[in-house]
Amino acid sequence: MSYIPHTDAERQQMLAAVGVTTIEDLFEAVPASHRFPKLDLPAPMSEMEIMAELQSMAEANEHAGDFALFRGAGAYHHFIPAAVNHILLRSEFYTAYTPYQPEVSQGTLQAIFEYQSMMATLTGMDAANASHYDGATSLAEAVTVAMDVGRGKRRKVILSPAINPQYREVVRTYHQGTSTKFVGDNGQAGINDLVDMLDDDTAMLAVAYPNFFGQIDDLKGLAEEVHSAGAILVIVANPMALALFKSPGELGADIVVGEGQPLGIPLSYGGPYLGFFCTKMKHVRRIAGRIVGETVDEDGKRAFVMTLRPREQDIRREKASSNICTNQGLMALSACVYLSLMGKNGLKQAATLNYHKAHYAADQIDMLDGYTVDRSKPFFNEFQVKCPQPVTEINEQLIQKGIIGGYDLGQDYPHLQNTMLIAVTETNNREEIDSLVAELKEIAS
Amino acid sequence: MNEPLIYDMSVAGRTSALLPALDVPETPLPKDLLRDTLDLPEVSELQVMRHFVRLSHLNHSIDTGFYPLGSCTMKYNPKINEDTARLPGFAQLHPRTDDEGAQGALALMHQLQTWLAEISGFQAVSLAPAAGAQGEFAGILMIRKYHQDRGDTKRTKILVPNSAHGTNPATVSMAGFEAVELPSDNNGDVDLAALRAACDDTIAGMMITVPSTLGLFEGHILDVIKAVHACGGLMYMDGANMNALMGAVKPGELGFDVMHYNLHKTFSTPHGGGGPGSGPVGVNDKLKPFLPGPVVEIVDEGSDEEPPLYGMKMPEKSIGRLKAFYGNFGMHVRAYTYIGIHGDSGIKDITRHAVLNANYIRVKLRDTYKVPYDRICAHEFVLEGHFEGVENVHALDISKRLMDYGIHPPTNYFPLIVPEALMIEPTETEDKATIDEFIDVMKKIATEAQTDPDLLRTAPHTAPVKRLDEVRAAKQLVLCCRPVPEWAAGD
Ligand SMILES: Cc1ncc(COP(=O)(O)O)c(C=O)c1O
Repeated sequence: MSYIPHTDAERQQMLAAVGVTTIEDLFEAVPASHRFPKLDLPAPMSEMEIMAELQSMAEANEHAGDFALFRGAGAYHHFIPAAVNHILLRSEFYTAYTPYQPEVSQGTLQAIFEYQSMMATLTGMDAANASHYDGATSLAEAVTVAMDVGRGKRRKVILSPAINPQYREVVRTYHQGTSTKFVGDNGQAGINDLVDMLDDDTAMLAVAYPNFFGQIDDLKGLAEEVHSAGAILVIVANPMALALFKSPGELGADIVVGEGQPLGIPLSYGGPYLGFFCTKMKHVRRIAGRIVGETVDEDGKRAFVMTLRPREQDIRREKASSNICTNQGLMALSACVYLSLMGKNGLKQAATLNYHKAHYAADQIDMLDGYTVDRSKPFFNEFQVKCPQPVTEINEQLIQKGIIGGYDLGQDYPHLQNTMLIAVTETNNREEIDSLVAELKEIAS
Repeated sequence: MNEPLIYDMSVAGRTSALLPALDVPETPLPKDLLRDTLDLPEVSELQVMRHFVRLSHLNHSIDTGFYPLGSCTMKYNPKINEDTARLPGFAQLHPRTDDEGAQGALALMHQLQTWLAEISGFQAVSLAPAAGAQGEFAGILMIRKYHQDRGDTKRTKILVPNSAHGTNPATVSMAGFEAVELPSDNNGDVDLAALRAACDDTIAGMMITVPSTLGLFEGHILDVIKAVHACGGLMYMDGANMNALMGAVKPGELGFDVMHYNLHKTFSTPHGGGGPGSGPVGVNDKLKPFLPGPVVEIVDEGSDEEPPLYGMKMPEKSIGRLKAFYGNFGMHVRAYTYIGIHGDSGIKDITRHAVLNANYIRVKLRDTYKVPYDRICAHEFVLEGHFEGVENVHALDISKRLMDYGIHPPTNYFPLIVPEALMIEPTETEDKATIDEFIDVMKKIATEAQTDPDLLRTAPHTAPVKRLDEVRAAKQLVLCCRPVPEWAAGD
């Protein structure tokens, strides 16, 4: 099977028009020694056959459709209204290209403009771009902006150890070709310890909100400290938590980045997700990625267009601040449709359900012998539990009971051996939570 | 009439009943940490559906019309891809699932790595990069680390032909190298003499697009590769144009050390109005230890009864992680579906017909438009969008006029080395009738340029909006339709 429409007769007509006899004649510019290699691939499959094969591969996975899932650590199982997928499957959206030709791309452009507006208000900022690849790369791009703000004179970036460990890896990958120094995250530094590291070489300080352990750190006064040192404050936020908690903008952030996956995007084994990037207007000309702005057409009619284009690689080439071209456009549309459907009340309701269910689970687990929940700080929908056994052993037993347990924090944090990070969302009903608690009890006894 | 903004349809107090009731006791919220307002729309599901469906009508898309957009490979996006990617076992699989619980996903990724390596003649593939540009970045970082690993630190430059896509020089800078631009010769190939003169022990490598952005198979590609290798540099191939090469030549066999694939071009995953994409990188043995991770490996071979056990591994000297988790997995499922359906014969047919379609258009239009490098082309070609004796009709005007005929404009003003460039890539999935219609329209527009040039200059006439005031967009900078929060005001 294939999607090539040519009949034999058409092929012959076209070859004749080009002036060659066979289709292979079109490849004479390819060095003869290397032309037409053998392709060791399987024989073509029908739609039915490939579907059957992929169905069995898919079912070999332990997924949230079959298991009660209590794992988060950077990706969250949330409810997605049915309408989101129906919009994403509109051919006019998903089979469209990047809206470089605005006259025939107003649908995509207006949707991105609305997405930018929603993300800006959610984070308490006044501008957003059209997306980066994911939360981690958004943070890496924020570092580039900070270097630019520091005019290349400030080389130090302070990272909280409570930022997702994978994000901190990605940031280092991105900046390995530069002289940027990353500090602060190789121990257990708290917010005050990070503040102590500020100096006149510091370009940026980044914290997570909630942090990787699900906690809401006290960020009051942090922005003033960072700004008086001449650096910028970047907050890595979970957008679902922002429905309840003070916005990073209100806390004084200069740039807010994060993973937009909780906003209507399926887990999909880690991607495609949505890197959101919001900023104060004064930095907007320094940021990377596509930005949509409002304007008018020749008749004065309101319309939307990609703007501040001279920042981008196709125009600035080697002087561009980033090479990003293709982004996560359709995922931004997902978030836009999701936020529209949930709306002001629905999003807050979802976040509130997360909060109460996570706290209920935490209370129940904390009462079990051998388990201690970390209650040193307020938390949102994820919390740490000190366990009586290694987390991997507990999880092996939970999976037998149809439960995917929490994340093993000891993998990333040596001081957190036997510590499980448990996520509870609106998708976990009381029955699931109670059975998790019962199984944990059983395992410890 | 304009489609209003979703916010303009909002009515205070309107709620939707999407969520279940709370089934656990409440816990008091930490009052002083909470926000006061949440400025999101309050609309019904029907309002949302109508709004976004109406917006969708304002877009051109592959499923509504021809998209001869050079360098972008706007081929048909098979519907089965969307269904396989949404299978619950994939769509609801948490990325932090233990490897033992994700064997289906890992088997799929491993097979895709193997297929992509086979198609392009490389030893290993990492699926980690999220798009072509990130694949490029990974490739250049690998080249950097390869030289460093050998203690060779004087290589600070990467060669880039002047026909290159903008992501290439931008990538070079991002990775901490200096981009050295190379001129093209009269055939549109790399100027060999200039290349040889530039090659010395400060060259870390070269990035080159094959076939070039002019849609031409580089005439002396083997000499180019040889020259760069001779000075100790490595060769990066921008594989955005892989649709011209499958079953015709394997870049790894030509001597390339590393290349990226665009799954959202060659392997039919949708462009989504700008993304997401997927940009895997393939490498030879030299660069394999440096691949971005994690990659999928066989941990235990298995037996006749037992399937192999797959696991995620960070390559030994990896440049590191490019994003959280493992690349855009949903795109991997789609590309797997696509390769599986085509198989050995189908994959090579894709390339052959993509090249046939492009050449057919080229010969049919060469008498009407100037084709600057008029020889057998690959999957695309570039023509000049202006006419002798007609002042003030530009590639842009032709592009906009095409919209009136329901056709998306070709890529314009790229590559930079052709004046008034219009870059045409039909792809293999367009039938002869569609292509003939496009040819007729292009000829008709050429006539209109002579008889009624204003028709072009003022186009489009039938699109949802006329040409836009882009200067105003950049000057007034309205990026958000909501009021500026008080704490951001004044900045
Ligand atoms: C020749 C070429 N190289 C690189 C890229 C960059 O790929 P991506 O947009 O997936 O980052 C593109 C696509 O836009 C391209 O056409």
